[in-house]
Amino acid sequence: MKKLINQPEDFVRESLDGMVAAHPDLLKVQFEPNFVYRADAPVQGKVAIISGGGSGHEPMHAGFVGMGMLDAACPGEVFTSPTPDQMLEAAKKVDGGAGILYIVKNYSGDVMNFEMATELARPEGIQVLNILIDDDVAVKDSLYTQGRRGVGTTVLAEKICGAAAEQRYNLQQVADLCRRVNLNGRSMGVALTSCTVPAKGTPTFELGDREIEIGIGIHGEPGRERMTLKSADEIAEMLALSIIEDSPYQRTMREWDEDKEEWVEVELTDPKVEKGDRLLAFVNGMGGTPLSELYIVYRKLAEVCQQQGLQIVRNLIGSYITSLDMQGCSITLLKLDDEMIQLWDAPVKTPSLRWGI
Amino acid sequence: MVTKEQILQWLQTFAAEIEQNKDYLTELDAAIGDADHGINMERGFKKVMSQLPSVADKDIGSILKTVSMTLISSVGGASGPLYGTLFLRASTAVTGKQELTDEDVLSFLQSGLDGVLQRGKAQLGDKTMVDALSPAVATFVQTISEGKNTLEAMQQTVVAAEQGMKDTTPMLAKKGRASYLGERSIGHQDPGATSSYLMLKSLLATLESSNNEATG
Repeated sequence: MKKLINQPEDFVRESLDGMVAAHPDLLKVQFEPNFVYRADAPVQGKVAIISGGGSGHEPMHAGFVGMGMLDAACPGEVFTSPTPDQMLEAAKKVDGGAGILYIVKNYSGDVMNFEMATELARPEGIQVLNILIDDDVAVKDSLYTQGRRGVGTTVLAEKICGAAAEQRYNLQQVADLCRRVNLNGRSMGVALTSCTVPAKGTPTFELGDREIEIGIGIHGEPGRERMTLKSADEIAEMLALSIIEDSPYQRTMREWDEDKEEWVEVELTDPKVEKGDRLLAFVNGMGGTPLSELYIVYRKLAEVCQQQGLQIVRNLIGSYITSLDMQGCSITLLKLDDEMIQLWDAPVKTPSLRWGI
Repeated sequence: MVTKEQILQWLQTFAAEIEQNKDYLTELDAAIGDADHGINMERGFKKVMSQLPSVADKDIGSILKTVSMTLISSVGGASGPLYGTLFLRASTAVTGKQELTDEDVLSFLQSGLDGVLQRGKAQLGDKTMVDALSPAVATFVQTISEGKNTLEAMQQTVVAAEQGMKDTTPMLAKKGRASYLGERSIGHQDPGATSSYLMLKSLLATLESSNNEATG
């Protein structure tokens, strides 16, 4: 393993230290428990948006803390979900009196820790809702798994909900919007190589020189199948069609019910991508793939969408939700409406996403 | 009867077992999960060990609550909330007690298991820690009702936990990171069931060693 690290156990802390040193105008950091928060937090009267998850997916989430996106991010150990005390302390720090939305990726550890954080925050008088992101179409038999994983749509939900909060949507409105973004977003990824977790020091899985794994998750969890390396065009088309042809997906989610003051099960079904849909196309690098290759993938994706009668009206290309040093990419397609477009275009000023100002 | 000293001894024994088996648990997790179960549990119990002296003179409920809070705030992943909830519920069942009767131990084990079931929503056969804990608790309930004492009941409980742990090998994982492996999760022993077995084995070892001291 060749990496620019000092000691594996210092990886998260030193990375956060450096990030805050680089962006003192945007971010502050607190340790024990760890979280990164907006330098101007709390913003009075604004819903605060907090996300979090294992480290190793940078810039998600800390890189998206700032005006128009997240109020705080809770980084866990590498690929390990953060703990409820991190989320609770972050909530206390950034609560501007309008409540908190936790945006949570659908992984068992993240789900359980955020549920506990919600249960801890409520008695403290902090209004908290949490919405799960589960957009990974690669998970076939979701009845027999934890359900679909939360991947690329997380970044888009954080941007769109961040803008809505900035425009003073109330907590319920931001939560409803987040759910809607999740239901309209779908993703699928591919790995050309494994990633290497610093504490372990060896690749998480083995892939031959001429092998790829289609449908991986962001921690190197396996995908649908392993196959022989194909051209960029073939891979891009395979990913895009898996998303476009995915049938409506029905699942049961647990959400906090404000009135009943307890967790309730909510049945949700996402709509299929239809001809004529307006899309946000997101081509994401997994950490070890250059931007030039992502553009080659985007080139084919745009062509496939056009053939399918789908209209790409916004795009995002770059490495935003990564898997350490993994080579590969993911494609996310988000079905947009006018409100989402306006919120996507709204100004954002974070270390890793910045426009409109 | 289980004394407060035995509870403290049990926690130390379990922490030592985790430390010793850190790489083994991580290896089991590497096969079907994300290769951090041993690392995360060791981080948590190291923290527990540093916190224990400050609460050692409190009642058993308070001690276990400290264990719970420490695990919740230092383990992360799925093991943090699951073990944290287990100890939290167990602590509530024995609030204010300086020693535990057979009934107390029973309600302590049962409450811990109920907490795990509620938090993780896993069922028997999902290839999780429930597969070791659930038959273990059932065995304890059964043997106590047959009139056995805590030590005898715990001996059979650990046998059941070990069997439950081994039985996870041919199962298909339906929860956690391992569930995404599908068929490929078959043939590997579950790391959570393994650490749960170690937890009960440590309790038995503690009871046996103090029993030997008493009789020997």
